[in-house]
Amino acid sequence: MTDLLLPVKNFITALKFITRGGKSYYAWLVFLLLLILWGVGAYIRQLDEGMILTNMRDQVSWGFYISNFTFLVGVAAAAVLLVIPAYLYNFKPIKEIVLLGEMLAITAIIMCLLFVIADLGRPERGWHILPIVGMMNFPASLLAWDVIVLNGYLAINCIAVFYVLYRLSIGREYKMSIIWPIVIISIPWAISIHTVTAFLYNGLSARPFWNASILAPRFIASALCSGPSIMIIIFQIVRKVSKIEISDTALFKIAELIAYAMGLNLFLFGAEVFKEFYSGSIHLAPMQYLYFGLHGHSNLVVWMWMAFIFNLTAFFLFLRPQTRENYFTLNLACILVIMGVYIEKGMGLIVPGFVPDVLGEIYEYGPSGIEKSVAIGVWALGALFFTLLLKFALPIYTGELRFKTPDPGDKK
Amino acid sequence: MKNKLIIYIGGLLQIIVLLLLWANASADNDVPDFFVPPPPFSEGIFPCTECHAEMEVNRTRRKLDFHEDIVLKHAEEQRWCLDCHNPDNRDKLRLASGELISFEKSYYLCGQCHGTHFRDWKAGIHGKRTGYWNDRKQYRLCVHCHNPHQPRFKPLKPLPPPLSPEDIKYNRSPDNEIPKNPLNSLIQAEIKNGPEKK
Amino acid sequence: MDQKKNRDIHSRHIHRRTFLKGAALGLASMALPFGTADASVWEAFFQKHYREMSADDKRDVILRMEKEYAKAYDTKFNIKTTKPTPGVNFGYGLDVSRCIGCRRCVYACVNENNQSRDPQMHWITVLEFKKGERWVNVFEEAKKHYNPETVPEEGHFYLPVQCQQCENPPCVKVCPTQATWKEPDGIVVVDYNWCIGCRYCMAACPYGARRFNWAKPRVSKEELNPETHYLGNRPRYKGVVEKCTFCIQRTRENPGRYPACVEICPVGARKFGNLLDPKSEIRYCIENKRVFRLKEDLNTLPQFYYFFAS
Repeated sequence: MTDLLLPVKNFITALKFITRGGKSYYAWLVFLLLLILWGVGAYIRQLDEGMILTNMRDQVSWGFYISNFTFLVGVAAAAVLLVIPAYLYNFKPIKEIVLLGEMLAITAIIMCLLFVIADLGRPERGWHILPIVGMMNFPASLLAWDVIVLNGYLAINCIAVFYVLYRLSIGREYKMSIIWPIVIISIPWAISIHTVTAFLYNGLSARPFWNASILAPRFIASALCSGPSIMIIIFQIVRKVSKIEISDTALFKIAELIAYAMGLNLFLFGAEVFKEFYSGSIHLAPMQYLYFGLHGHSNLVVWMWMAFIFNLTAFFLFLRPQTRENYFTLNLACILVIMGVYIEKGMGLIVPGFVPDVLGEIYEYGPSGIEKSVAIGVWALGALFFTLLLKFALPIYTGELRFKTPDPGDKK
Repeated sequence: MKNKLIIYIGGLLQIIVLLLLWANASADNDVPDFFVPPPPFSEGIFPCTECHAEMEVNRTRRKLDFHEDIVLKHAEEQRWCLDCHNPDNRDKLRLASGELISFEKSYYLCGQCHGTHFRDWKAGIHGKRTGYWNDRKQYRLCVHCHNPHQPRFKPLKPLPPPLSPEDIKYNRSPDNEIPKNPLNSLIQAEIKNGPEKK
Repeated sequence: MDQKKNRDIHSRHIHRRTFLKGAALGLASMALPFGTADASVWEAFFQKHYREMSADDKRDVILRMEKEYAKAYDTKFNIKTTKPTPGVNFGYGLDVSRCIGCRRCVYACVNENNQSRDPQMHWITVLEFKKGERWVNVFEEAKKHYNPETVPEEGHFYLPVQCQQCENPPCVKVCPTQATWKEPDGIVVVDYNWCIGCRYCMAACPYGARRFNWAKPRVSKEELNPETHYLGNRPRYKGVVEKCTFCIQRTRENPGRYPACVEICPVGARKFGNLLDPKSEIRYCIENKRVFRLKEDLNTLPQFYYFFAS
């Protein structure tokens, strides 16, 4: 009898941990809930009246939603940066916190999927993309590939995180024999989600700006900058609000890795800039639109230069040990990288695919109020999900939350 | 019994009609024979002999007293009315060879100089052709599009340009305020009637 | 000025009301066609992919759709499902030396194919180029919104662009749900009831030929064309992609009328026919004229040929 009640009891215990918190915690939750409501309201209007409420049109048929999606795939992929040293090289300081990285990956993937759904004209027909019940166009369509790799990545990370949490919650160590294969799969898989997402654009010969083979490497390099930067900030918050100890060494090591990734990112960017501007073919137009404006249209110019300066500054801040081991400059660098990559891999990647459009028309796109509201809603939902996940996982990690298991003595 | 007879007679008639059609078609087989629209004469101008039969033939280049609406801008240095219009029977056109042709077959006259266009036109490439892509086609005479005295195609007023993406907005106007297609006020009848069915 | 203000207030009012209504009705009922709540909504929801339907399925679907359309548009529609004719592969020719840019084709297409009048949708785009400027591959110099008193404008020429019905269509390759495909007679079609509206095909199309229904397409009742084909000009839905189908509802019949754009063209610049028939107009063009296809470097192999008759 008590056995049957155990899951319920455990659930209540978990719920207690999640709902317990200070004033600022509740304020944070209410704030996020309000933003989510705001976003849901905007999305319902978009469903009701159509995507005409966005600023996307036939000329620029993808916009802010897909920009956010692309950025977040990068964030999700970057969990790999923590997994590699933690498991393969047994780098202790990072190993302790790799779980948090994987939880961030889960959150980011969920947000990715939400952004894709927000971008669909007929979301209720989403099942058409599934194999068997629908008509998945596999292997021809890269979007079918993306559905597979993103959901696969979500599953892998969920399994890893929840297995570890489960073992810890019942007071046992997790078994390396189970975690090891997951890790072995997850490393190439993390690279694959960002590669497939890059190929999604890369494979379109109609869009010269995307149709460059440097796109996938650039995606990976920039993802390895933005994802870990977000994590460095999250780790500092976690350290402050919970009993989890995250060593400075771990944070500085991640910062060092970001420096190398950013170095590579800047190099690849330079290679692309050289090729486009030196050869000066007709395919230069989108690049020219981004950095200098085209035929008097220059909405993105300020942003793109800002992103470049942010990335460059952050690179030097991360590179020099003095600045990366100083929390003020470290956090500054993290914020610069997040903003820089968000611009560069978001709007700075999607919009020039459509400007000028395939028939040479220039439509200067910027997100509408509805698009911004929906995006805020998705980000708030992600933040809420991550907060609750942390609130649940951290006490398990620190040993405060333990689930009751059937006492082996009772049975027999 | 009676019914059978009717069927036999009907069948026979059908064969005769088909044979006649075939003979007619093969008579002039490099030029399709189904121009539906007649030559675009000005109202009341044809037959020409109604006036010209009693008039003396005057071959000198001059300002015309009648037909003042006709301004010749078609290699006018080398040409004057009676190079194409037959002087003795004005209801006919005259080829360079002296052969007379009716206005319905004016393409032979045009084809004398514009051989490449004539060839393309016969193939359905030059000029407008409507009807069925896999069946009967409706041709137009050269003069349906080109005024023979001033053959340059007349400029047209273009229909309105598409809206800019910035101007495409959500519109809650009632259904009776849905914008109408600007073409319809122009040429709706032409589209709705379509070409003749077989 | 005052009138405009009034209208704005009015529209904001409706705005709020639709918003509340929408919020109350929830997600599913709004996204489904026509917002009705009877069984046909669920039949529509679970409708199979067109190519998976048996003859019986097709009949049922057509019956249901004709009913839905009759209700939504107060007009009796005839929806054909005519199959491609064996031995027919359609090709199109456009004489660049003749086109005068009058846009009759654009609006004839709108009429024939029930394109939305509000928000405005055109399947054909006519580009104007300055003689001597770059064109074939560089469209940046092109003007799409030219509007002089009369055309052709001195020193300019025109290039209408519509779906090129590629032999190697990038849009078909990228569609994640196989909602768009190439038929045996060469026409690239869309199943408007299977498209999820992801717009990947629009990103993939090098000719800007695909259009998205950003809002519910609206056509005034008197201008509806009730003679339709399932894969062609039947009324579309909010949130799906559509495109030129070489007037499939006309050209697949026997006898098959020319597409509306061919029929309207006042200068006869547009040619259409069967690529497999050596005596067709389109074959004559290809064999006797200098032809080119747009963006040949992309290897999409359009079945739409541009040519110079003279």
